[in-house]
Amino acid sequence: MSIRDKRLFLEDLTVSFDGFKALNNLTLYVEPGELLCVIGPNGAGKTTMMDVITGKTRPNAGKAWFGNEANLLQLTEAEIVAAGIARKFQKPTVFEQLTVEENLELALPGSKTFLAALRAVVTRSQQERIDEVLEITGLTEQRRLDARILAHGQKQWLEIGMLLMQNPELLLVDEPVAGMTPHEIERTAELLRSLAGEHSVVVVEHDMHFVRSIARRVVVLHEGQVIAEGDMDKVQKDPRVIEVYLGV
Amino acid sequence: MANGSTPLGISKFVAGESKAARLFFVALLLLAAAVPVLNLVVPESSPVHLSAFGITLIGKYLCYAMLALAVDLIWGYCGILSLGHAAFFSLGGYAMGMYLMRQIGPRGVYGDPILPDFMVFLNWKSLPWFWYGFNHFLFAFAMMALVPGALATVFGWFAFRSRVTGVYLSIITQALTYALMLAFFRNDMGFGGNNGFTDFKDILGFDLHADSTRVVLFVVTALSLAGSYIVCRIIVESRAGRVLRAIRDAESRTRFIGYPVESFKLWVFGFSAVIAGIAGALYVPQTGIINPGEFAPINSIEAVIWVAVGGRGTLLGPILGAVVVNYAKTWLTGAFPEIWLYALGALFILVTLFLPNGILGLLRSKGKPKA
Repeated sequence: MSIRDKRLFLEDLTVSFDGFKALNNLTLYVEPGELLCVIGPNGAGKTTMMDVITGKTRPNAGKAWFGNEANLLQLTEAEIVAAGIARKFQKPTVFEQLTVEENLELALPGSKTFLAALRAVVTRSQQERIDEVLEITGLTEQRRLDARILAHGQKQWLEIGMLLMQNPELLLVDEPVAGMTPHEIERTAELLRSLAGEHSVVVVEHDMHFVRSIARRVVVLHEGQVIAEGDMDKVQKDPRVIEVYLGV
Repeated sequence: MANGSTPLGISKFVAGESKAARLFFVALLLLAAAVPVLNLVVPESSPVHLSAFGITLIGKYLCYAMLALAVDLIWGYCGILSLGHAAFFSLGGYAMGMYLMRQIGPRGVYGDPILPDFMVFLNWKSLPWFWYGFNHFLFAFAMMALVPGALATVFGWFAFRSRVTGVYLSIITQALTYALMLAFFRNDMGFGGNNGFTDFKDILGFDLHADSTRVVLFVVTALSLAGSYIVCRIIVESRAGRVLRAIRDAESRTRFIGYPVESFKLWVFGFSAVIAGIAGALYVPQTGIINPGEFAPINSIEAVIWVAVGGRGTLLGPILGAVVVNYAKTWLTGAFPEIWLYALGALFILVTLFLPNGILGLLRSKGKPKA
């Protein structure tokens, strides 16, 4: 996939809320096709970082570029989505009264006006994409069920599937395994691992077992800064990380 | 699963609905065929003869059914609870009324060839500008649809753009119809004040009091109801319909995945107002009168009750609800006039508590075992 060569550059980002620095000269790069885990205690700036990338929060200083063309600080939230960045929020929100397949259908890229939607039919290639995403998310058997009867984990996968319909280059995932059963956590780990390569994936997560099971590279945030990065073993031996996490 | 191989466009929803929809069309067709025969062919002495009064009554029910359909499209599918839909119904009715008033011509009490009686009575010298063109049926017909549609579009543009939703939107729709009622009560508005329009003579040259005209009006109403149902069904079964249901269930999420939510709401709200307007336009020549009382807030609330009783978000249910509730109303207001409003209130409470999916929901759950 030659087009998937966009990197995410975050350089010297600072965000302050009434003097409190949620991000403090944060610098971070995400490589194409990489699966990166961002960890850190509460208030470390993980969510603020996601907000800056998706255009929800504007930084006081710094740069945020997606590839060489997209200056994220000058794009609206909708333009950032169109540029290929998709975000999965912590709480699953799927359309409860629609079937799994219809949920994916609505997430298809293309014109979204009323008149276009009135005439829209699912083309063969779109149907293939839907089938493919159903397969990836393990929801093929549930395709005709209403989303409201899915288990918690399945709803999370469906929502990831809806993001995949847009074929994003970068997928931001906020605490995907909160509230999941051990089996669901395992399935989610497999899902995210399978997405890396095709997509860049950034996962924010508290669950250390989960992070260990998926991450090749881990970034530790503390007070709005990167205090350590590397593989899980290296990060866990870092004295500053141990200090911050009180020996986790 | 019986519909395991159906393509995405045909959801399980239609598969369950098609039988009921067929029944509905057969019933409507039978009605449209039986009414002319029972009125025009069966002699008056026969017990099965249908009087002109009877035709008008059923015709009225069908107009109400169209109004219920309009309310269901926006409430049942898009989650917009309009408590002012009778305003669009009445505006359509007034547009038709203006045409019928112009048709009276010199046959009015005062014999003025141009001015309707109430204007002569108020000593007006010439026709107000907004009455121009209403002597042409096609112009009047366009206004029956355009005026309610345009009002809904302008109103909706302001309301939806400001993200007014839920109960606040319901309240301002109620205020809209109330304000229109007060305005139409005023004589100097030029719509006949509290008397409204009446004493109509003919439509397109046909005598409104002739049985044959009434039969034709009835058949046109039945066909309009069927046509509106088909268009609504096409909308709700399209991807646009699924987006509407998505908006109903998770509005901000729908916006987040790229749909212009306000524009979707505006389209269906406007279209729904057009259906309500046409229903009102068909109502007026059959009942022979339109006055500002039609704008009364209670009328809009009744329409919502028909939808709830029949089954919200089903299109067919509200049609059924409108007919059943109005039949009960006709009977109760005749037999026990003082209890009607209590009965209506009790009905609404009972349906909300025990039949959240209305009559249609009850019939469906009886019809097939729970999966």
